[in-house]
Amino acid sequence: MKRILFWLIPIAFLATFYLYPLVSILKISLERTQTGILTPVLDVFNSISMLRVIGFTFGQAGLSTLLTLIVGLPGAYLIARYRFRGKALFRALTGVPFVMPTLVTAMAFDSLLGVHGWVNVGMMSIFHLESPPLEFSYTLWAILLAHIFYNTTIVLRIVGDYWSRLDPRLANAARVLGASQFQTWFNITLPLLMPAIAAASLLVFIFDFTSFGVILVLGGPHFATLETEIYYQTTALFNLPLAAVLSILQLIFTLGMMLVYSKLIANLARPLPLRSQMLVQRPFGSWRRRIFAVIVLGVLLTLLILPLVSLAARSFIRIEGERGQLNQPQKSFTLDFYRQLVISQKQSAFTVSPATAIAISLGYGLSTVFFSLLLGIPAAWSLTQSNLSNPDRHTRMSQLIGVALNAFLMLPLGTSAVTLGLGFIVAFNHPPFDLGSSPILIPLAHTLVAFPFVVRSLTPALQSIQSRLRYAAITLGASPRQVFYNIDMPIIGRAVLVSAVFAFSISLGEFGASSLLARPEYPTVPVAIYRYLSHPGASNYGQALALSTILMVICTLSMVAIERFRVAGMGEF
Amino acid sequence: MKNIRYFFLLFIMFALSLNACGLPKVTPASTARTETPSPPPQKKLTPSPSGIRTLKVLTHDSFDISDALVQQFEKDNNAKLMFIKGGDAGTALNKVILSKESPPADVFYGVDNTFLGRALQEGVFEAYDSPALEKVPDTFKLDPKYRAIPIDYGDVCLNYDLEYFTKNNLLPPQSLDDLAKPQYKGLLVVQNPATSSPGLAFLLTTIGHYGEKDYLSYWKRLVENDVKVVNDWESSYYTEFSHYGGTRPMVVSYNSSPSVEMISSDKTVDKPVTAALTTDDTCYRQIEFVGILKGTPNADLAQRFIDFMLSTAFQEEIPGKMYMFPVNPEAKLNEAFQKFLVIPAKPANVPPQDITTKREAWLKAWTETVLR
Repeated sequence: MKRILFWLIPIAFLATFYLYPLVSILKISLERTQTGILTPVLDVFNSISMLRVIGFTFGQAGLSTLLTLIVGLPGAYLIARYRFRGKALFRALTGVPFVMPTLVTAMAFDSLLGVHGWVNVGMMSIFHLESPPLEFSYTLWAILLAHIFYNTTIVLRIVGDYWSRLDPRLANAARVLGASQFQTWFNITLPLLMPAIAAASLLVFIFDFTSFGVILVLGGPHFATLETEIYYQTTALFNLPLAAVLSILQLIFTLGMMLVYSKLIANLARPLPLRSQMLVQRPFGSWRRRIFAVIVLGVLLTLLILPLVSLAARSFIRIEGERGQLNQPQKSFTLDFYRQLVISQKQSAFTVSPATAIAISLGYGLSTVFFSLLLGIPAAWSLTQSNLSNPDRHTRMSQLIGVALNAFLMLPLGTSAVTLGLGFIVAFNHPPFDLGSSPILIPLAHTLVAFPFVVRSLTPALQSIQSRLRYAAITLGASPRQVFYNIDMPIIGRAVLVSAVFAFSISLGEFGASSLLARPEYPTVPVAIYRYLSHPGASNYGQALALSTILMVICTLSMVAIERFRVAGMGEF
Repeated sequence: MKNIRYFFLLFIMFALSLNACGLPKVTPASTARTETPSPPPQKKLTPSPSGIRTLKVLTHDSFDISDALVQQFEKDNNAKLMFIKGGDAGTALNKVILSKESPPADVFYGVDNTFLGRALQEGVFEAYDSPALEKVPDTFKLDPKYRAIPIDYGDVCLNYDLEYFTKNNLLPPQSLDDLAKPQYKGLLVVQNPATSSPGLAFLLTTIGHYGEKDYLSYWKRLVENDVKVVNDWESSYYTEFSHYGGTRPMVVSYNSSPSVEMISSDKTVDKPVTAALTTDDTCYRQIEFVGILKGTPNADLAQRFIDFMLSTAFQEEIPGKMYMFPVNPEAKLNEAFQKFLVIPAKPANVPPQDITTKREAWLKAWTETVLR
């Protein structure tokens, strides 16, 4: 009974700010068919190009997920089994890409691999080439690399954390009994890790499946996935019924995957004999292991961090080549771009100083933290209650509910952002929710994205509290409130802090909803970056680079803070 | 078990109650609305004792205006201007159409002639025959009922990098046909018409020039000649165009771009470095419109804002802020524009009603031919 009350706030929130706009826009869209609701459905399934779009959506997501696993698993192994200096920093850095807005990612890859990127400029000047040798943007590789860039941290965290608590004695026993290293890995470790790998892959797949900016900006016009097709049908063709059918289709796919994911995650929560990390991890020891570690860390840093470093470097270095002679560029160190950021050039009514944009972003970030904790703490609390083994006859049923609720709160992440964005516009400009262009919509939209992650990082911490402590307190006469403040609160305090910072950085990096809902006088940092990018001139581009670098620094500090405070072995996904 | 049932019941009831009161009622009010404009409650309009009214202006992302002019309008009309940017031109229009039951603003600026049909069909605008329209040439007045009022225009034309052509001893292209010739292979970059308005303008140019029957075969020849398609004007111009270090010396842009190059250059340049092809039937004229959204309680103030947008003060600001040109012939251009701007005498002609009815079909056919 109490659990329902706890769930009521988050459910009401999701019903109001997710279901209601979604249903509104789908209803309006489908009502626009003149020829009956079946027509757009048939349009989808009878069209070869639509089926090709669906096929490509699955294909690129599958391939991206596979590559992300290949890149991430060796790293997860290092994190799980070895102690080394700078590990926390490494984990923190690999988390930064996850919260970067797509336009910053696109700029970062462009600064490294694009026509004017370091690689092309360098190769042109070394080999005296006339034109850039490497073509990166608008290739499938651009999509795949960007997906690896974004999602490897999920594999590192989910698999790495689980692996780090797995008892190594099973594998050791196998070795003693004469199994080869490969046999041990294949027959013992891999099966034990499977639930974690499956959960991580599924989440990565969902993100790749619904990714929008990466496909549109880095993939270019030749690639179409369900999400970009929804955008194309909505904006260019104004075929809303078809767009609605595609959104529903996408929703069905993601709902299915979310349910499986939640089930897997629920299983991860009470796994096999887990051991403390202290007993499991060791220093590298031999040179062979050291070289292996250097290679793995090197590959990960190259894929996840180098693009960002390359962007930051660009914000300090002015590259000037006489036109048409970019093969002999002159490079010089400069702080001009940062200086220009500070000088206010109030030319138009919409010019906002970057300091203001940062302040606005911080404000939205803090509001997002407030809302997502307000919703996340009760939700995580009741989820924990359903997962704890209460040996009564309702357990199975309540577990199922737990899984369903979990999937439901993840669902906004797998919903077409284009559709949901339009839904916000349609649903919230008239009663009962006449929010018009109220600034409150932005932190609410950010909360929709951050909320599931908050619940994810709180739940394991809550589960770690031993019921015996609570029972002891109750026996000694503590009221439920006292139990919460004196037993639970100290334990979950750190988890709350971690999820708060995570929600904060998600809000900082969010672009889609902010650009759609922000008033021009109050842009967030990503929106301000976008504005610099869309104005002509080298100095505007430079300022976009500088502001992106500032955003990166703030997000990196947040990630470092998460590593500092997090309870070891408890993930955020 | 009881708990669970109770829970689901509550949840479903909650969701249903939200929807029931939330969804726009399907009322036949569209006719009644025009006679008795049932204004939405005014509580959102920053009530203030001094009687200052707020005028909400929805625009596309490229709209810009100086602070001084905003303040002047506000002072003259005892009003406060609130701008809402609704995304690119297409997204902003969709926003207006989808929320026409309770308009998100009083005025909407940024429908161009490629979207005009959609806007008029959906009936989002209220008519206003502004006295300031008298001076505006009739060629700009595409809506005879004055629901959409022209504000500015610009011509989308092929641009080329003069330096590249001199250096490589190549004659710049003289016609659209030239673009498909082998000596220009791999030199052209265009924008996706589905995501970019100059891209769509160029598609319409080819339709106007070659006719509905032959434009697709022309595009096939362009594809064989290795045309590059990018999403937006920014990446075509600042990344792909050879003038900015890219590899393509021909790009779809505006007739104003060569002059803008000169104005915004850091060094003083006395002769153009890029040029636009402005011969007959090779450009497409974009006209941008403003309109009063149906159902606004501030129609009178909205009318004054439209008069203001047509006034010389605002019209003269347009070229420097938005790189488009005033429809009001009394507005003066700055020197560089006066000196170097070439306005095409005869842009490609595509009848507006054709655009309204066939826009989607053309886009689909183009996508199938060029991208897939």
